[in-house]
Amino acid sequence: MTGEAVSLSSSDFGTAVVERRRGGSRWRWLLGVSLPLALFGLWWLATHLAWVPVFKLPTPESVVTAAFDLAARDLLWQYIGISTQRVFLGFVIGSIIGLALGSLVGLSRFADSFLSPTIGAARAVPSLAWVPLLILYLGFGEDSKVALVIIGALFPVYTTVAGALRHVDPQLVEFGRAYGYHGARLLTTVQLPAVVPAIISGLRLALAQAWLFLVAAELVGSTMGLGFLLIESQNNGRIDRLFLAIVVLAVLGKLSDTLVGVLERFLLKRWG
Amino acid sequence: MRQVHAAPARLGAGSRGRGELSIGGSPVAPVDQRSAVAFQEPRLLPWRTITRNVELGLPRGTAKQDGQARVAELLRLVQLDHATSLRPRQISGGMAQRASLARALARNPGVLLLDEPFGALDALTRLTMQDLLLDVHAAEPTTILLVTHDVDEALQLADRIVLLGSDDDTPGATIRRVLEVGKKRPRDRGDAQLAILRAELLSLLGVENHHPEDYLTQAIKAQRARRASATAAGT
Repeated sequence: MTGEAVSLSSSDFGTAVVERRRGGSRWRWLLGVSLPLALFGLWWLATHLAWVPVFKLPTPESVVTAAFDLAARDLLWQYIGISTQRVFLGFVIGSIIGLALGSLVGLSRFADSFLSPTIGAARAVPSLAWVPLLILYLGFGEDSKVALVIIGALFPVYTTVAGALRHVDPQLVEFGRAYGYHGARLLTTVQLPAVVPAIISGLRLALAQAWLFLVAAELVGSTMGLGFLLIESQNNGRIDRLFLAIVVLAVLGKLSDTLVGVLERFLLKRWG
Repeated sequence: MRQVHAAPARLGAGSRGRGELSIGGSPVAPVDQRSAVAFQEPRLLPWRTITRNVELGLPRGTAKQDGQARVAELLRLVQLDHATSLRPRQISGGMAQRASLARALARNPGVLLLDEPFGALDALTRLTMQDLLLDVHAAEPTTILLVTHDVDEALQLADRIVLLGSDDDTPGATIRRVLEVGKKRPRDRGDAQLAILRAELLSLLGVENHHPEDYLTQAIKAQRARRASATAAGT
């Protein structure tokens, strides 16, 4: 026997606070920036050493010049503004509809059996197939574009929310019911908070889809926006503007995704 | 009537018998404000702090200030006042179960249902929790219906033990025996009378207790002898 005293203390009086640490994240962004910088360098070399003819690949400077040129004529900001507005409106409205439909289908067996085959079929329709119909119904104005973005944003949120709500811990739901929570109060107290991580990943997918559907909407029948810039540049052979539109779309998509990422961090801190 | 009940068997889940349930003469609603339940698992919402979890038990329409005061009082009662702002995953099983108990008490129940509340805890924590439950019951005297498989727990806590069992041919459980413990709490865990009850309960539950054949007679004899010597010492 060892002489050590054995202390019997119930473990539950010590608070085991789990501390999370992320090591070395300060320099991680450098790693993420290095690849775009390398690609940019490769692009510069490819054009200046004439590996690729200029009519196929414009020089980086000409793209920058094109940006300044469009900005000087107030077109760049107008295009960015109108495209962002369409994405924002469509994303917000589509997410709300997706959340509502997803909640309905995820919570009610009846709604699931009744609605999900139809919604599944509507989801399977390719984005461009909606465009002629929307233009016919809603005209060439903003409505048809925002409507298409709504369609794009709706389904990812709907799918993730409906799926996650079906798998909320049944013990927590039983607790909620036993304590008199039902209907909307049970949804907002137990079920929705439990699926916050799924909602966020749905929102991220929805945002990516929103940009996708925006370009689809603007490519066919529009007079402004980044999709219009794409199709117009193609028609006029302005490859510098074509590249500009692609770069701007990449930057805007990444920026808006980062914004959702900030929202994600905030929400997960609160509900995660 | 303020009594603690315990039944060392599970209520037959799924198979419903016929009958009526009433509290104080009026029938029980499916979700009754007069009763509260705590489960074998704490079932705390992982995204809420302990305080905000206990708040979930407050009756609907409680004024905010009253609610906060009540929650703070309950957390002090279950000795969690040092952990109010922690999340469920940051605390131990015993602490979580105490939070669950506080949440049930927040409903001010006439009947508190505890479904194997300490079943998932380690042996020592379980004993601590039993003592804590007695303190809580002294401070918040409500009727407690406690379901347990632990005979010692029933003997330690209950005024009346309802022994449930099921026959092979009939679905659900039936009452096999009702035993009045009739001892003041807190009880000596090594009490001889309780040991007799324990032997009886275990044999009713079909557990071989390996006592010698004349165990009961011997135990009763020993007790009489002790009582006699105590009276002798008293005179």
